[in-house]
Amino acid sequence: MRVVVIGVGSEGRGDDAAGLIAAMALRRLMGDAEIHTSSGDPTDLMALWEGADAAILVDAAMSGAEPGTVHRFVPTDEPLPAELACRPSTHALGVPQAIELGRALGALPPRLVVYAIEARSMQPEAPLSPQVAEACERAAQQIAAEVRSLTAKRGEAARGRAGADPTRYWPPGR
Amino acid sequence: MRGRTIKVDMLARVEGEGALTVKVRHGAVDDVKLRIFEPPRLFEAFLRGRDFREAGDITARICGICHSAYQMSASHAMEDLCGVNPGPRVRNLRRLISCGEWIESHTLHVYLLHAPDFLGYEDAIRMAKDYGSVVAKGLRLKKAGNLIMSTLLGREVHPVNMRVGGFWRAPSREEVASLEGPLEEALAIARDTVRFTGDLTFPDFEQNYQFVALRSEDEYAINHGRLVSSKGLDIPVSQYEEHFVEEQVPHSTALHSVIKGRGSYFVGPLARFNLNYDKLSPTAQAAAREVGLGVPCLNPFKSIVVRAVETLYACEEALRLVRGYEPPDPPSVEVSPVAGVATGCTEAPRGILYHRYTVDERGVIRNAKIVPPTAQNQRRMEEDLMALVPAYLDEPEEHLTWRCEQAIRNYDPCISCSTHFLQLNLDRK
Repeated sequence: MRVVVIGVGSEGRGDDAAGLIAAMALRRLMGDAEIHTSSGDPTDLMALWEGADAAILVDAAMSGAEPGTVHRFVPTDEPLPAELACRPSTHALGVPQAIELGRALGALPPRLVVYAIEARSMQPEAPLSPQVAEACERAAQQIAAEVRSLTAKRGEAARGRAGADPTRYWPPGR
Repeated sequence: MRGRTIKVDMLARVEGEGALTVKVRHGAVDDVKLRIFEPPRLFEAFLRGRDFREAGDITARICGICHSAYQMSASHAMEDLCGVNPGPRVRNLRRLISCGEWIESHTLHVYLLHAPDFLGYEDAIRMAKDYGSVVAKGLRLKKAGNLIMSTLLGREVHPVNMRVGGFWRAPSREEVASLEGPLEEALAIARDTVRFTGDLTFPDFEQNYQFVALRSEDEYAINHGRLVSSKGLDIPVSQYEEHFVEEQVPHSTALHSVIKGRGSYFVGPLARFNLNYDKLSPTAQAAAREVGLGVPCLNPFKSIVVRAVETLYACEEALRLVRGYEPPDPPSVEVSPVAGVATGCTEAPRGILYHRYTVDERGVIRNAKIVPPTAQNQRRMEEDLMALVPAYLDEPEEHLTWRCEQAIRNYDPCISCSTHFLQLNLDRK
């Protein structure tokens, strides 16, 4: 059972880095799992989850819920809620649009799960909000548990290569 | 006749957000306002007090899709001020990066943002259901552009490898050679993209534009050249502010750029195509001719075809640069601070991107001015709408609204360069 985790986000825009931070936390928790980061570009996402049995995305969201809330959706079961699906994104095309595009092209993995961490602010040069930083840790724990449960179901150990050096995506000292 | 106000409060399928209001009174267009909201000059403020070597990395965060153009304009400005020439290998590597950026940006726009307008779809997702293989091919073409960026710069978004003087690390010959296969495939898809866009139906609409672009006698200008216009302007980049001025308009915190004494102007692919057609490759020229595209081209709706032609050219040019690649060694030249005013201008996918910095003797930035291409096209976009709307006044409002959106998307406006986040407020009368 091949499970891929993708942290989606941008640096330099406050809580928009949430997905990237969650991915870093996940690498500490699950060093041997396939964990990637992405800007959310549709081509990139589709390339990353290609051939996977399951993919878990984690990204920031601004749907109006309390900052630090961790939402979970399963787009392969049902389309994302409307308020997420048409919200303009800080990336060129948001994760919801990338997913729907993948669906239209028949290019989704058999199982796709999305964790969305509610952001407080995405101001340029702002640091991560404390509630969001805590939520990233919490989301990482939940995702790690989900990955373990997915791979345990099939009775196989999670296979895959370790994620790339986290400092490549988050310069030290920031 | 009753007056009408058509408001599109959130323009879909442009980057970032924007809003449009058209006022119709007594059957005539009374006013057009394109509202772009922006915290005034945030990035220019961030740059004050920073080291001159940081300008590229900071300004690159203004735009997620044309970040390298920001790096280029900033680096060129500082290198020019400091009297440094990084040499032909760095120059070629930068041109290759720009080709990658053009491929990425133009392809995204053509397939996912603009083609749905021409084919009558509300969005690319709906279009993909009927044009699945076409869209899938378009995404592969975009992927080739992404691959150039990630291979040469370390990652796709907000890359880390560029610096004043050159690069932190020169990509190896093997790394660059790995781009050849994907680019050959990309070239074939780019040819199909010209045919696909050339087959679309275009409104019969032309304006007397003042096009502005960089021009070089050596090549289809991307990162080097003089500033020229279709009305006779021909100046070095350093004289930009003597001719191009920004005017504050009440309804938008973005500033409207005009040429002194001459009004609005038009930057981007259509401007480049009109001003530099003779510098395109024979293949690109032939592809344009094949779909009936020639110069002068004064129909902004044909920008989508021009983007396809530029993408084809960029694929060809990228292949040429990949095949002739020589790693710069050392990857960068040393740069020491010089006090003065630094100016740089390069052709981002959407048009000329101008940077000006005042730097002190310690290399600290005292002042900065960044003029993105979308900001420069603002007034021209409004004027197009003023001219376009009368022809569609008798149509159902939905149709008119869609035409206005399509017309704005001719400019592929990167509103995130000129704006920040907007509150959605749908209010139709």
